[in-house]
Amino acid sequence: MVEFQARRAWEAAAAVLDPEVPAVTVADLGILRAVDIDDQGRAVAQVTPTYSGCPAVLAIELAIEAALLQAGFDPVIERVLAPAWTTDWITEEGREKLSAYGIAPPVGGSASKRALFGEIAVACPRCASVDTSKLSEFGSTACKAQYRCNACHEPFDYFKCI
Amino acid sequence: MSTAWVAALIGLADDHLILGHRLSEWCGHAPMLEEDLAMPNIALDLIGQARGLYTYAGELEGAGRDEDALAFGRLERAYRNLLICELPNGDFAQTMLRQFYFASFMHLFWQKVERSTDTTLAAIAAKAVKEAQYHRRHCAEWVVRLGDGTDESARRMHEAVTLLAPYTGEFFIADPEASGAVAAGVLPQIQTLQPAWQADVEQVFAAAKLALPQAVYAQKGGRRGLHTEAMGHLLAQLQFMQRSFPDMTW
Repeated sequence: MVEFQARRAWEAAAAVLDPEVPAVTVADLGILRAVDIDDQGRAVAQVTPTYSGCPAVLAIELAIEAALLQAGFDPVIERVLAPAWTTDWITEEGREKLSAYGIAPPVGGSASKRALFGEIAVACPRCASVDTSKLSEFGSTACKAQYRCNACHEPFDYFKCI
Repeated sequence: MSTAWVAALIGLADDHLILGHRLSEWCGHAPMLEEDLAMPNIALDLIGQARGLYTYAGELEGAGRDEDALAFGRLERAYRNLLICELPNGDFAQTMLRQFYFASFMHLFWQKVERSTDTTLAAIAAKAVKEAQYHRRHCAEWVVRLGDGTDESARRMHEAVTLLAPYTGEFFIADPEASGAVAAGVLPQIQTLQPAWQADVEQVFAAAKLALPQAVYAQKGGRRGLHTEAMGHLLAQLQFMQRSFPDMTW
């Protein structure tokens, strides 16, 4: 019974969309770590921030809380820092959704410094050309940098590898 | 877990809050769009790091102070930030050089804290280290671009080097409030970071064709709450809303 409830709670929380990148869910991004039912019957959701200064953290926590309430649970949000979130937590499905939305998913593993600094080829999410150039190390949100495709000339966001 | 190093954590958090606030003043005023995005992004990272540190310091202290009480509810003398963090921004060269100095220092600092015996601080460090590294790289590029740029940009970068020279020594003055934390392996011995920081500065200055600053007297006092004139003006703006409407929320 508890297991069934936990799965239902996970499904409710996992469906919450990221407020900054509404193409992906908090589960796709790996921001939602786990949802468990504690011995008092409450749904405990473990949430981890992407960047220290991510202004969306509070909005994400509120949205998860609201989703759990709507599904009939008594929600508790727990912010967990360790292990630190990295782009490796983004699921394969999440990467495909990002790309379809026009955001190039992170290239390589988070441990790669060359990937963090954009010294490796980032493929254009529109035409798939790897002939792209970095416009700005910082973008519209903390997690993105700005690129331009030299083949189709479209500018695009790149999800930084961190 | 100990209350003995609460003040040290508050000082560290103050560095990040105050410098983050300074950087945020560039929002809408940067010389180019990319930097108008970069500086507030860096400011957000710094303020995010400060929030984690304030929250944890408040928990350790156990006196009911949360991040807002610590960030907005103290008088000037209770802030323990390094003086370099509160200096007015000056021009873009001065801001970038200060940010490079700080990011290079914090990148070394967080690498040590990642291996802290305190798991909460280690977790904060694990995030912050990557952010500091990214900031360091971005700002070092600007130091090189301006130092080895036009006559005007080089002149400004040289001026920034002279202006900031008295304020970098304070990075490596041990905080007496941190001595317990250092002994317990919670925080690093700050002096040990100096050679690596110096080497980083020398390498970037060489690429920027900048002369290293003359050794000058190190201004200090931030960790004891003794601030420059700029601090009161900064706090007047930082605290305005909470002072006018205590405990307000958005």
